[in-house]
Amino acid sequence: MKRLSIILLLVLSGMARAGVEYREFASPEQQQAYENLTSELRCLVCQNQTIADSNAELAADLRRQVYEMLQQGKSKQDIAQFMTDRYGDFVLYNPPFKLKTGLLWIGPVMFLLIGLIAVFLFARRKKTAATVEMSVEQQQKIRSLLEKGDRS
Amino acid sequence: MLKYILPLILFIVLAVFLALGLNLHPNEIPSPLIGKPAPAFSAPKLQAPAEKLSQTDLKGKVWLFNVWASWCASCRSEHPILNQLAQTKAAIIVGLNYKDDPEAALGWLAQLGNPYDVSIMDQDGRIGIDWGVYGVPETFVVDKQGLIRYKHTGPVTPEDVQQTFLPLIAKLQAEN
Repeated sequence: MKRLSIILLLVLSGMARAGVEYREFASPEQQQAYENLTSELRCLVCQNQTIADSNAELAADLRRQVYEMLQQGKSKQDIAQFMTDRYGDFVLYNPPFKLKTGLLWIGPVMFLLIGLIAVFLFARRKKTAATVEMSVEQQQKIRSLLEKGDRS
Repeated sequence: MLKYILPLILFIVLAVFLALGLNLHPNEIPSPLIGKPAPAFSAPKLQAPAEKLSQTDLKGKVWLFNVWASWCASCRSEHPILNQLAQTKAAIIVGLNYKDDPEAALGWLAQLGNPYDVSIMDQDGRIGIDWGVYGVPETFVVDKQGLIRYKHTGPVTPEDVQQTFLPLIAKLQAEN
């Protein structure tokens, strides 16, 4: 019974493989380029996944497109350009630095700076608050009290 | 005084950002194709697969390019609006039957009415990629020069037709 179930499982495992895309590459470099590209391009249907991760039909079509273009000898830049021409910079997980994407790149640095300035100002205010300033009248009163105490 | 005003200002800034965020549509990706020539295609017609239609056949005409499929649920809600738009005869409506089974597509048109002057088939989604299609339905407006002037993502509503499509089509029809 055990042997039979193992055989059955082995036979059925072929069906699980059928869902995986099988691609042949001319060279390891080309395969590397394919893997890099598909993990740098955004699936536009499920926007927080790369086309390598996504099971959406569009992602499968875009993977096929990347594969075919690599087979035709297109460079990574060519393919990235092909995608941005059609879907805009949004398709790239690593968008170029432009006027439109400026806030995206500078934003984190800007917020860090604002935070540092706030911390600095806050710390300085705390320090000055610790030293109590006294008016001239108060100082005179203290002095007179001290002097009185000396006499008695 | 500042002690009370500062949190208030921070709250207002935060509230403004959150309110703006509510009105953003991150699913709508602006198309880089606006103002560019309509991507070339030559595809078999749905009703007559032996004949092909290419974008050059439509030169000199204002046309809508509506991406649809019988498997697409929001296309069903959009369909009656397209039927009404077709009755105005404001512009030619070309359908791109995207990744669909031709029989199911023909059945859909027979059942719900056919707003399209012509529909072409894109069974493997390649024309869709060239047009930057990422969600069905999508509707493009192409002018007489063959330039894409507008793209609408998602189902077209009656308000979209009245406020956006019809005025834009009228403007483009007046151009040479």
